[in-house]
Amino acid sequence: MNIIKVSDLSKIYKTGTMETIALDKVSFEIKKGEFVAIMGPSGSGKSTLMHILGALDKPTSGEYILEGKNVEKLSDDQLAEIRNQKIGFVFQAFNLLPRITVLQNVMLPMSYAGWPIEKREEIAKKYLTMVGLGDRMYHTSNQISGGQQQRVAIARALSMNPAILLADEPTGNIATAQAEEVMAIFQDLNNQQGHTIIMITHEPDIADHAKRIIHVRDGKITGDETNRRPRLAKNFSAKK
Amino acid sequence: MDIFEVVKEGFNTLTLNKLRTGLAMLGIIIGIGSVIALVSLGQSTQLTIQNQIESLGANLLTVNPGSQQNGVIRGAAGGATTLTLDDANAIKTSPSITTINNVSPEATRRSQVTAGRNNTNTEIVGVTNAYMAVHKIEIASGNFINNTDDQSSAKVAVLGPQVVTDLFGEGADPIGQNIRIKGMAFRVIGVTVSKGGSGFFNQDDIVFIPLSTAMKQVFGINYLTSIAMEAKSQDVMTDAQNQVGYFLLTRHKLNNPSQADFSIFSQNDILNTAASTTGTFTALLGGIAAISLLVGGIGIMNIMLVTVTERTREIGLRKALGAKKQTIVTQFLIESIILTLIGGILGMVFGIAASYVITLLLGSPFTISISSIALAIGVSGATGIIFGWYPSQKAAGLQPIEALRYE
Repeated sequence: MNIIKVSDLSKIYKTGTMETIALDKVSFEIKKGEFVAIMGPSGSGKSTLMHILGALDKPTSGEYILEGKNVEKLSDDQLAEIRNQKIGFVFQAFNLLPRITVLQNVMLPMSYAGWPIEKREEIAKKYLTMVGLGDRMYHTSNQISGGQQQRVAIARALSMNPAILLADEPTGNIATAQAEEVMAIFQDLNNQQGHTIIMITHEPDIADHAKRIIHVRDGKITGDETNRRPRLAKNFSAKK
Repeated sequence: MDIFEVVKEGFNTLTLNKLRTGLAMLGIIIGIGSVIALVSLGQSTQLTIQNQIESLGANLLTVNPGSQQNGVIRGAAGGATTLTLDDANAIKTSPSITTINNVSPEATRRSQVTAGRNNTNTEIVGVTNAYMAVHKIEIASGNFINNTDDQSSAKVAVLGPQVVTDLFGEGADPIGQNIRIKGMAFRVIGVTVSKGGSGFFNQDDIVFIPLSTAMKQVFGINYLTSIAMEAKSQDVMTDAQNQVGYFLLTRHKLNNPSQADFSIFSQNDILNTAASTTGTFTALLGGIAAISLLVGGIGIMNIMLVTVTERTREIGLRKALGAKKQTIVTQFLIESIILTLIGGILGMVFGIAASYVITLLLGSPFTISISSIALAIGVSGATGIIFGWYPSQKAAGLQPIEALRYE
């Protein structure tokens, strides 16, 4: 079953009379339960692709179907709803709010969904425990390490049980050992729980953890390969 | 997210930068505070003036001579000589005038008064005993002028407290002493109780002498400068004005009111004039204070705009996580309303305290109207909405990717 279907997707930026083609008629499909890495050098258009897949931006032309629903023509508020319900973001810069607790950060998407506070707290605690931060829930984000912050961000991304987990250079700002932990959590989520994960990266070592690698260059897909033997992240039990 | 949570989060955000929050609030505190203080001060002044006018006498009607109009030629105003003692007596005895209790014929001039080495320029009023009842005069010591004094043109005087202070020194007892008016010696027989007032409106800077003495010996005139009357009640003031007016027209052989050689003022007229004057004064003060409130509001808007810029990344993140436009608008509006509402309440306390202290110092009555409190709360809340609206729209209009990229 296709969770994402993208056809002839283009994005053109206009600055004055200059036109920059960031995406040039890109088409692909992603099935439920896949772990896909989108690889490419900077300026390849992978970030633009990730913004469109994340409903943060609209394509200039083409079609984007997420769980059977056309996304490209929705209004701003409808896109906000899609981001809230269907997509879990993990950013390179973590993007946690510094002045509220880790627990409140994880609860944020659920509060925009209008869920009652008891339910929000219960779910947030469950996911924080899952990523191994059950004892850090009442810290603020500047009291914990970068790797821990990224795990909080993963818990936040999972909280709404989204259709896809969208990670933009998730290991770009953290140390190698902690990057291993994050990859271990992703593999666990994908293998054990069947989450669909799309990860943008420019590091081949990180992309090697995914089951499928799409190569992007100059706004076009230059390769789409199945990774027969994904590298296994070192023994981190996400459930501890 | 329910509104309670948004408010709680707004509070948390605002307490993060206490100095900035405090300074932004200060504008509103000063604005609301000065509106409340100045309006209450204006109302207090209004009340003071009202009390003073009412202390002139209850249900007072005053007939003043006016120039007679003859065709297009109008005689000189002020120097009119059309009211006589006979007019006053006729009003008193006429069976057609049923709404008047007391009639006080009066002749007034300003003159120099001396006592020993001291002298003052004051108002000399020739009166009969009726003056006391009509103008609600109370005697602090001695007696007021009685009918015998008037009939015998006695050279006696009753002084207002201000004149006592000017001529004999503060708190002195002048009874039995002599004062000189236009070279004639008058024996002081009484002092009146202070009625207050100041400047042109000082009811204590006054000397009473018998009416006959004043007209024949001091001023040398055969007419009155005014006739004061007390109507039987507040309700018959208009009737009294009409009865006296038509009676005098007939007596003066005039056909219609446009030819009248006199004018009648009721205390209501004076009260209304004073009310409209002090009302303008209050509005003016309130207007000036409102400008400071406006400046305070602009301060809030400035701070909110800075906040929006500073928190661009946060807004981007919130939108990425599913916050809709309205959610962001609400968040920032609530923050600015919290700012102005707390500022408004503090300003109200400050304004009430300030007006209490000022009225205490001025010795005028302290008044705080519920309406000015409601106004303060309403206006400060509205200020938050008005000046928070643009920044919150700006925040909500940010595109999530641009906001997330913002450094």
